[in-house]
Amino acid sequence: MSLQTPPIDLQCQNLCKTFGSHRAVREISFAIPSGSFFSILGPSGCGKTTLLRMLAGFLEPDSGDIRIKSQSMLGVPPNKRPLNMVFQHLALFPMMSVGDNIGYGLRRRSVGADEIRRRVADVLKRVGLPDAAEKRVDQLSGGQKQRIALARCLVLEPTVLLLDEPLGALDLKLREQMKIELKQLQQTFGTTFVYITHDQSEAMVMSDQVAVMNHGRFEQVASPQALYYAPATPFVAGFVGDSNRIEGRLVGGGEGPRILSRHGLSLAVSPAGEHPLEDGAGVEAFVRPESIRVARGVHDMASDNQLVATVETVLFDGANSRIEVRESVHQLDLLVRLPQTHEFADLRRGETVSLGWMSGQTLCFASGGGDGDRGGGQGGRG
Amino acid sequence: MKSDGLRLGTWLLLGPALLWLLLLIVLPHVDMLLVSLRQRTGFGQYQTSTVHYLAFFTEPLYWRTFMRTAVMSILATILTLVIAFPVAWYIAKMVRGRVRSLLFMACLVPFWVSELVRTYGWMILLRETGVVSGFLQWTGLASGSVEMLYNDVAVMVGLVYASMLFMVVPLVTTLDSLDDCLIEAAYDLGGNGWSVLREIVIPFAMPGIVSGCIVVFMLSLGNYLTPVLLGGKGSMWFTEQIFTQFIVRFNWEQGAAFGVLLLVLSSLIVWLGLKLTRQSFTEVMR
Repeated sequence: MSLQTPPIDLQCQNLCKTFGSHRAVREISFAIPSGSFFSILGPSGCGKTTLLRMLAGFLEPDSGDIRIKSQSMLGVPPNKRPLNMVFQHLALFPMMSVGDNIGYGLRRRSVGADEIRRRVADVLKRVGLPDAAEKRVDQLSGGQKQRIALARCLVLEPTVLLLDEPLGALDLKLREQMKIELKQLQQTFGTTFVYITHDQSEAMVMSDQVAVMNHGRFEQVASPQALYYAPATPFVAGFVGDSNRIEGRLVGGGEGPRILSRHGLSLAVSPAGEHPLEDGAGVEAFVRPESIRVARGVHDMASDNQLVATVETVLFDGANSRIEVRESVHQLDLLVRLPQTHEFADLRRGETVSLGWMSGQTLCFASGGGDGDRGGGQGGRG
Repeated sequence: MKSDGLRLGTWLLLGPALLWLLLLIVLPHVDMLLVSLRQRTGFGQYQTSTVHYLAFFTEPLYWRTFMRTAVMSILATILTLVIAFPVAWYIAKMVRGRVRSLLFMACLVPFWVSELVRTYGWMILLRETGVVSGFLQWTGLASGSVEMLYNDVAVMVGLVYASMLFMVVPLVTTLDSLDDCLIEAAYDLGGNGWSVLREIVIPFAMPGIVSGCIVVFMLSLGNYLTPVLLGGKGSMWFTEQIFTQFIVRFNWEQGAAFGVLLLVLSSLIVWLGLKLTRQSFTEVMR
């Protein structure tokens, strides 16, 4: 390691946890550098809550080790770990004022009353609620509660802050705003954040590194950009962002690999993933709706893959408008993102459109790749 | 038209409750107050007087009996709370499903039996020739028979036993609504068992604790059977004094004055208790 690499705050080695016959967390290893925003992204039931509870100390791992600043946390109870947690429903104490809520942890550490008052006032100022100390918890709005829950942990200056889907209860507008605020707060406090979520947009917007978790395992740990542009497994390709998933067989040839879909359509693809692709083997290809270029009528799209299709449904959603199309000959269904030009403003069901995309944007993975039971069947149209 | 019908409906629904309040609670108490404020001067002749109230404060036997009753009742309330809290915690937080309803039932079952029979049950256990005495002699811990009835401890045991359910039910209800996340959050922020109990659990359960305590205190103070049967003739319970005035001495005026005093003084104690614990009555009864 070079000298510039920041020290590792939180490290897990081969962490395992089994409930009865259900292996909730399997062989998870990762290291989070100091001051970074790390997200664990996965569908519900993937084991992320189990992992979080092991980090916080509410569950003991069956095997493996958790280290915070190279100190093993095995056998250390939750109240002795240099790590705090923002709960899913925030868990602010309803019988205390906001100031007492934030001061709770400091009182446990026998900090003097004046010192507590000073530090509570300071942290309240930093989260932008300088006058909230005397308020009751039920007088706060959703976003304010969020910030108080954060302040209650940050006032203790933990090495690592765990966040368990804290934005889940907020409405959409506020959630968008809190995403940005959380990221800013993380940067000003410089604390290492470990953020658990099933919402890929939260993970992508805020994180330095995202771990995509499925069936108790990390599928890929990478920056949001890498997850989006270079997914390592079919699960990641389907789960992160929207994707059209095309199943078929791999057909080699002079001009590079192609997939022959079960509809009988042949498309140029580029191989991805760690498993080598073999001719004739079952594969699945992923194309993002936003990488498909679209034109009205029948045109030459000057792309590796060109299709003519009929518009089935127009899903108007402002900047994120999409169309569902059906390929004319082989009846392949695709989701295509509409460009934000007025050219498509009056696009209607039943119209003919031309589609085109490059082979480089068609990532092809071996079917049933990954390791063993991968669940499959993820449509990927999040 | 519609609002008239609605109003009539409201009155009809409220009717039984209001009648019950008026006829069975307000009216007897007003009458009791009136009776207590008169003095018999001759056959069928009465005059208004506060002499029966003065008797309470000037005759040490009376107010000492009341003080003793109040102190014993407060003690019984505290004991019931201390015993019922872990029970309620166990029912509300530790067990789920069938076991939970079974435990709840177990708290309820004694109340299917009349209070008199239950109290006689305790007498069978505690009397000189009773089960406990027999067991102590059998193990050799006692050489002769042991009388455990007719003392304050027996009265206390009986009172706590009779009040358990009225403490457990409100406690289970409030503890049930305590989100486990709050406890986990408190641990996560550095709390230990004791501080979590003191700063999170007890403040949260306070409404349940207070309403349970009020009910148990009032029930103990007004209990007649348990002190008389388990405490014997010398139990000196205030309700016994009232009984004596009404039935033995046939001095209804004095008995009524004691009745009113019991109501006023016990309300005063409850009010003081609420003030001391900084609880408001409306909050508790929510």
